[in-house]
Amino acid sequence: MGKSETVKANNSNFLMKLVKNQCFIPLAALLLLALINLVADPAFFKISLGYNAAGNPVLSGFLITILDSGSELAILAIGMTLVTAASGGQDISVGAAIAIAGSVLLRVLCGDNSRPETLQAPIIVAFLVSCVVAMLFGAFNGVLVAYFKIQPMIATLILFTAGRSIAAWINNNELPVISDPSFKYYGEFIPGIPIPTPVFIAVACIIIIGIVLKVTNLRIYTQAVGINQSSSRLNGLNPALIKVLAFVILGLCVAVVGLIKVSRISSINYSVIAKDIEMDAILAVALGGNALSGGKFNMTASIIGAYVIQFLTTTLYKFQVQSDALPAYKAVVVIVLVIVSAPTVREYFSSLTKKMKLSKEVA
Amino acid sequence: MAKTDKKAAPAGNGLANKLRNASDTNLLLSITVIVFFLMYIGAIVFQGSGFLKPQTFFNILNNNAALIILACGLSLVMITGGIDISVGGITALISMCCAVYLDYKGGNVFVSVLIALAIGLAFGLFQGFLVAYLDIQPFIVTLAGMFFARGMTTIVNTKPFNVENEAFKALKMTRIIMPGMGSVNKKGVYIDAYVEIGVIIAILVVIVMFCLLRWTKLGRSFYAVGGNMQSALMLGINVKRTKFISHVLCGLLAGIGGFVYFLHVGSGSASHASGAEMDAIASSIIGGTMLTGGVGNIVGTFFGVLSLSTIQNVVSSAGLDEAWWTGITRAVMLCLFLLIQSVVMSARKKRMAEAKN
Amino acid sequence: MEDNIVLKMRNIHKIFPGVRALQGVDFTLRKGEIHALMGENGAGKSTLIKVLTGVYGKEEGEIFLEGKEGAVMIHSPQDAQKMGISTVYQEITLCPNLSVAENMFIGRTDNVVQNWKKMNTDTEKILQSLDIPAKPTQQLESCSIAVQQMIAIARAVDMECKVLILDEPTSSLDEQEVAKLFKLMRDLRSRGVGIIFVTHFLDQVYEVCDRITVMRDGKLVGEYPIKDLPRVQLVSKMLGKELDDLSDIKGNQQAFKKDADAVPVFEAQGLVSDAGIKPFDFHIDKGEVNGFTGLLGSGRSECVRSIFGADRVMGGTVKMKGKSVKISKPLDAMKNGIAYLPEDRKMDGIVGDLSVRDNIILAQQVLKGFFKPFSKAEANKVADEYIKLLNIKTASKDTPIKSLSGGNQQKVILARWLFTHPEYLILDEPTRGIDVGTKVDIQKLVLKLASEGMSVTFISSELDEMLRTCSRLVVMRDRKVVGELTGQDLNQTTVMSTIAGGDK
Repeated sequence: MGKSETVKANNSNFLMKLVKNQCFIPLAALLLLALINLVADPAFFKISLGYNAAGNPVLSGFLITILDSGSELAILAIGMTLVTAASGGQDISVGAAIAIAGSVLLRVLCGDNSRPETLQAPIIVAFLVSCVVAMLFGAFNGVLVAYFKIQPMIATLILFTAGRSIAAWINNNELPVISDPSFKYYGEFIPGIPIPTPVFIAVACIIIIGIVLKVTNLRIYTQAVGINQSSSRLNGLNPALIKVLAFVILGLCVAVVGLIKVSRISSINYSVIAKDIEMDAILAVALGGNALSGGKFNMTASIIGAYVIQFLTTTLYKFQVQSDALPAYKAVVVIVLVIVSAPTVREYFSSLTKKMKLSKEVA
Repeated sequence: MAKTDKKAAPAGNGLANKLRNASDTNLLLSITVIVFFLMYIGAIVFQGSGFLKPQTFFNILNNNAALIILACGLSLVMITGGIDISVGGITALISMCCAVYLDYKGGNVFVSVLIALAIGLAFGLFQGFLVAYLDIQPFIVTLAGMFFARGMTTIVNTKPFNVENEAFKALKMTRIIMPGMGSVNKKGVYIDAYVEIGVIIAILVVIVMFCLLRWTKLGRSFYAVGGNMQSALMLGINVKRTKFISHVLCGLLAGIGGFVYFLHVGSGSASHASGAEMDAIASSIIGGTMLTGGVGNIVGTFFGVLSLSTIQNVVSSAGLDEAWWTGITRAVMLCLFLLIQSVVMSARKKRMAEAKN
Repeated sequence: MEDNIVLKMRNIHKIFPGVRALQGVDFTLRKGEIHALMGENGAGKSTLIKVLTGVYGKEEGEIFLEGKEGAVMIHSPQDAQKMGISTVYQEITLCPNLSVAENMFIGRTDNVVQNWKKMNTDTEKILQSLDIPAKPTQQLESCSIAVQQMIAIARAVDMECKVLILDEPTSSLDEQEVAKLFKLMRDLRSRGVGIIFVTHFLDQVYEVCDRITVMRDGKLVGEYPIKDLPRVQLVSKMLGKELDDLSDIKGNQQAFKKDADAVPVFEAQGLVSDAGIKPFDFHIDKGEVNGFTGLLGSGRSECVRSIFGADRVMGGTVKMKGKSVKISKPLDAMKNGIAYLPEDRKMDGIVGDLSVRDNIILAQQVLKGFFKPFSKAEANKVADEYIKLLNIKTASKDTPIKSLSGGNQQKVILARWLFTHPEYLILDEPTRGIDVGTKVDIQKLVLKLASEGMSVTFISSELDEMLRTCSRLVVMRDRKVVGELTGQDLNQTTVMSTIAGGDK
């Protein structure tokens, strides 16, 4: 008897820990989505090996699609988490910035001719140039936020408005097309490897941020600045600099996503590329249980959150929801999330449960 | 001692002193109005007679009537210290709903107006409740609102289409002739200058909102809440209700603006009014509304819209009519005025700190 | 109720979780008097005022007002206002973006439409009658702080208040502005308004007040006509030490013996920051414990903040061990071996959501550099070490610091700075709001550190703590250094009379 009780206690303790873990909500959401799909159509989980037009072996199936197209979101979630933690606001210009990064990449690759037979520059050079440009735009946002004290969402509104126009301007509003098949490797498949390349890139980014968080003080600095700016200043930190740094890192993430996005179609569509991705990235951070008002963050939870969002998107697609209608469903998810996590609502519920407990005790 | 103080103040150096003593609202308003007139005169001088024709100016009004109304709503929310980025989405949703109602359901125009108002009001009520009473960041709430509205537009009807309803078309084509302002075209025919119904509505909205903000208790409490929420509370203002009403009014204006937009374009499409929220915010900021709240003026907002569209006209008539220039010009204007605000504010803060010591 | 009494509070009790904030306090305000409410931090002044203005409820006690039958119930600030109790707070609670006239009248009428003309003429009249140098149409922000403060008072007065509460209205005013304010207060007094004046400036109390009520530790010490309570006595009543038993002299601190030829660890000349203190000179030797003393608001925190570079340093020269250095931001100070435990633990000290471990290693981590983080094992070891050393009571080292008690939070911050192994440690009110046991622990620790060669500056509102630990006291009054006491002068009487200044 006594033994079973301690086991029970241990169990409930374990459950408590599980529920309290920040990864619990996104994982639970993942499970829920998986269950819905399992009930609706078990074929959702089928993975098959086939051959693409070029005769290379490729894996296909909804799960592969989720992993593949979730890559961009996962990479962005990394940067967005840092920006949210440090500045207590979100960057809504990432979609537009991706357009710029992609456009720069193509411009360097194509040179003056929009349809070159051969690449005018090595891909790595073009990528590095786009990284620098994207980081500069990130720094621009960061400076507005940190030094001019403009709210992050308003500051990034500028780039949000202008970004796609700048992207078009970089290529004289032409639509460059790359015919070199090696450029496709980054967004599709490397010959002989059946797993889409973006998956590898995302994994690489996740490993890199993991290492960065390990070998630098990025985590503790960002969190300290996000939680208590005045206190971090008295501990020798420079809050403004750290905020700018977070935006610059997001810029780097944007450049990587730009590469994948452009490589997928070997071209660019300025008004459509990475459309609404800022919403998904913010949602990923929120779903990961990170406070949108900044402070502590959990990178793993954000990344899982990103894949959950992609899971949701793919599921909705499977249920024949049009891509333009997707935002409506996601908006409902956001609203539910923010209402549930609003302090006023939480207080209300905690006082309610207290009252219920009290009335129980009285009874 | 107090008397010497009184004398010393006006004896200072004229204009600079006047500017220093001007309220934030008036200072930023004057900047905007001056910038607009300089820009328009510049356009006349450098771009020739096109800008001299009254119709050019009226066309700016015709094309931006909806934006003026939306920007009024945004100014209201921003003065109260909030933000609303859902108005563009609401406009698209209204256009689509009204279009579907008029053409597919054979409805009448009057009911479609009611539909527009109801949609706007519903968004305003819900968003206002979340922002004011649940204390959720307005940006997140209205971001969700924007995506919801855009998504719903597609759900209501996927394909864009033009409305064929006769009564509506008649209303759409109604033009109000401005006497004596017409011009003679190349063939020597006199063409009357005109404005659309939307412009009249927009001007009415501007007048009503101006009066509301200037002369009513409610209007002044918007300023008080935006200026300092804590103080407003101590001064006996119901802060939550004030915030709520600002969002409801903004939603209602989005309803009116949405219908005016619909009346102007005469079609429903999910891509309608894309970026309208950004234009409205930019117009408000250019018009001297402070993001931090408490400062702003509807007249400024009106001129903000005019400035924004004039510069677009200038850019396009300068031969830079590729689409991207508009985006970049807008962003540059927005950036410029944001920086002006930031600088003005920090200068003021510095002065206050100096006054303190 | 007697004729000339406007407000009477009887036997007021107020309990916060774990604290008896007010214990049977009585307070009486007469018509046409300026009544100072005095007491050090935590004495219960602001709690009493908040009970009176309806911000807090009370557990026990009654409030009587002139012209009201029986005890009145005050549930909210609005209630208080309706009953004629107006409050002007230290922080100006007006809207900076509105005009002077609007600030006078907003939130007071039920009219839907605002009549600007009437409002402006009414305001003009009020401003003139009170001799306030402002125009009704002027934006409030463009007025000086003093004028803003007076406008707040004018608003209160115009609402026909019988009781006017001024909660530290002078802390941001200069002498001329204070003079204007006092003139206004005397005007009001002659009109029969009862004024409660809360301030930390003794000079001002003796300049303008008629009567003083002193509180300490949530209890009433007494009510005195101003002429019956000389300054030194007032200070002793506020600090809770009778002049008679001041012969207990100083505690067990040994007189500090300085090596004749040693250079000071830290030396500053003409140091001044943007926080509104007068330039001051200061030095500290190796192994010395000294302190800044003075009443709250006298500028003692601002002094040490300028040493650490926490406020913007506007001038002065600084030497560390005889070598000239430049300290313009906290990191400079840290690199020179200075550590600073700030006064406001919640705002400037803890990083609330971070764990105890992260809070302990934070400062040293910043010193070490961005690319050299402590490994988890190292951090844990350090955390364990300091938790044990300082006897920090926490569930684990992963617990967020905000869920610890005040005293333990303070120990964590102390651990943070000890871990940087400073040569010069500044402790600003390390013992405020923490339990007695911890207080003693911290004092012992300070003496131990000093005996090991660390220089320590120790600030506390409690004089006997300072006397026990410090071998030299820098005395401040009204943001100026007014004296330096060592040796035989380190006793309550001398310190208090130096703090009080003026007539002795």
